[in-house]
Amino acid sequence: MGAAAETLSSTEARLADLTLPVGGWPEAARSDALARLRQMGLPQRRDEYWKYTRPDTLTQPGAVPAALFDNDEAPIFGALDRLNIVFVDGVFDADASDDLSLEGVRIDRLAEATTDIHWARDLYGTLEAKGQSPVHRPLAALNTAFATDGVLIHVTGKPSKPINLTYHHRSETSDAILHHVIKLDPGAEITVLENGPAAARFNKCMEVEVADGAIFHHVRAQGRDHERRAATHIFARLGAESVFKSFTLTANGVLTRNECVIELTGDDAVAHVAGACVGDGDFHHDDTVFITHDAVNCESRQVFKKVLRNGATGVFQGKILVQPGAQKTDGYQISQSLLLDDDSQFLAKPELEIYADDVACSHGSTSGAIDEEALFYLRSRGLPKGPATDLLTLAFLAEAVEEIEDEDLREEINGRLAAWLERHRS
Amino acid sequence: MLSIKNLHVKLEEEDKAILKGVDLEIEAGKVHAIMGPNGSGKSTLSYVLSGKDGYEVTSGEALLEGEDILDMEPEERAAAGLFLAFQYPVEIPGVGNMTFLRTAVNAQRKARGEEEISAAEFLKLIRARAKELKIDAEMLKRPVNVGFSGGEKKRNEILQMAMLEPKMCILDETDSGLDVDAMKLVAEGVNALRNEGRGFLVITHYQRLLDHIKPDVVHIMADGKIVKSGGPELALEVETNGYGDILAEVA
Ligand SMILES: Nc1ncnc2c1ncn2[C@@H]1O[C@H](COP(=O)(O)OP(=O)(O)OP(=O)(O)O)[C@@H](O)[C@H]1O
Ligand SMILES: [Mg+2]
Repeated sequence: MGAAAETLSSTEARLADLTLPVGGWPEAARSDALARLRQMGLPQRRDEYWKYTRPDTLTQPGAVPAALFDNDEAPIFGALDRLNIVFVDGVFDADASDDLSLEGVRIDRLAEATTDIHWARDLYGTLEAKGQSPVHRPLAALNTAFATDGVLIHVTGKPSKPINLTYHHRSETSDAILHHVIKLDPGAEITVLENGPAAARFNKCMEVEVADGAIFHHVRAQGRDHERRAATHIFARLGAESVFKSFTLTANGVLTRNECVIELTGDDAVAHVAGACVGDGDFHHDDTVFITHDAVNCESRQVFKKVLRNGATGVFQGKILVQPGAQKTDGYQISQSLLLDDDSQFLAKPELEIYADDVACSHGSTSGAIDEEALFYLRSRGLPKGPATDLLTLAFLAEAVEEIEDEDLREEINGRLAAWLERHRS
Repeated sequence: MLSIKNLHVKLEEEDKAILKGVDLEIEAGKVHAIMGPNGSGKSTLSYVLSGKDGYEVTSGEALLEGEDILDMEPEERAAAGLFLAFQYPVEIPGVGNMTFLRTAVNAQRKARGEEEISAAEFLKLIRARAKELKIDAEMLKRPVNVGFSGGEKKRNEILQMAMLEPKMCILDETDSGLDVDAMKLVAEGVNALRNEGRGFLVITHYQRLLDHIKPDVVHIMADGKIVKSGGPELALEVETNGYGDILAEVA
């Protein structure tokens, strides 16, 4: 079979398994997305941005079953004052969720999108469609076309507490697709939290429009289920003087692909994307980031740290694109792995593409082991090898974790990382 | 306190002998100094005693209060009361000085079956000790040794020693890189810890430090062995004449 025929057949095989939802205001956006998907085809191993991550289990019809993982740890973010919205295997659970009313924000369900919600209609699929160029992201188009649930969050003010999207995984074969759309009005501010494994296979897309002067914080903890798979996309568009900060913690999961596509369209905007992941054994974690500077004096930071052991694989593909005229761009990108043994690997593809002359962009990628000198120093002061290694590992992850502004959230993430490391000592 | 008998050490990676039969007997309450030319094996001795990788003990023993420490893990030696102030203290980005020290103190206490120190008690203690060494509070919050000047690193070693209260203290060239005032501070820090139950091994190139920390015994190490031992006057002799005469005499 030729390459094109192969793409076509795998795409059609997947589509045969899905039904395009009909009716409601998203209908047009869905059929557009389906057309986009058919035109691009689902990702194949030979595609430039899928060289390091096998797409087959993400694109095949039906999810590979994933065992449920029980643990007695208290759920993350559980102790925070928050508005919790619960999805079970990708379906909204009204009983488990809090009341959706909160001052400064209006929350609707995509599944109940029969009456026209103008702002959502204008946004749904728009940022995803824009994010398909210059690099295709077919799984996101599939998401836009077929997602039936998700939340539409319109932030008009500064809600007093974060919105937490909690994703439970209850069925070993669940194949969930969720699409969230978030719009922040000028000057609005919100924190969105996400946590949980979600499903055996999870395809999630989040489109975020951050208007002038608005501030968006996002902290996510991807669930600990060992066998779950996930392909997630964030598409964000930033207005002038707006701020977008996203942090992701990933522990376990046989396959995770997190894509983040950000466009800085207004002057003086700030976008930070960070991730800390820890993997032991059958773990493949891929961060694929694309940040486009299309305005003056904007700042972007990508900080990704991966701790890998027992054959775990980490992937980072990060790009900074500076468009003509995007002067005074300050772009920073770092991706680092700490390999705790010789079996693990880190594959990195950092890219810079710059069409403006007055910019400061830097990028770096490293792979290293625990610093033996430092380890001996700590041990000579009485720290046993395990805790000393953990301390150095947390120090390695710190630059990413410190991207979280809120101290309570930062502590929560650090606590989870420390507990994970303690459980996974050699 | 510390009893080293006929200690032979080679590099693990290559067939190179570094220590060639070291004998040393350090009694509780006493300060011993070791001087010796560059490369004679002084730091190697301190590393082997504290358990650093890369060295192989081919024969001999080292007993701390009668217990052989050479088979112990570095942290076990620390809990048993051994402390090394490093010649080159290591920078550890991302690990706060204070957190590190509290973790260390509690790890040792735990290993000895003692109760952990409370955060408040620890804070009180470290503030007082840091003040004596003129280490400001801001430095305590910084990552371990990162961006510290040479002298600050050495003072930080002494602070750690003061907080950990070891039985046997080894100081490897703690005076190098210190200005005159800092040297006095460090010496005062050491002297404050001197007591009946504690032994000291001070490695140095200069008599200066020994003006402040008066040794009971001075040893000269050359080519992996203690070649001469004597009183404080031996250090003065080295200061004026160098090692030439001593080495010629024992050759
Ligand atoms: N890990 C190592 N690899 C190679 N050579 C080593 C190693 N450790 C020590 N040596 C060698 O062993 C000898 C003794 O070194 P050591 O550092 O103990 O000397 P020293 O007496 O402390 O010297 P100085 O006064 O310069 O600090 C030197 O020749 C040194 O190069
Ligand atoms: Mg030395």
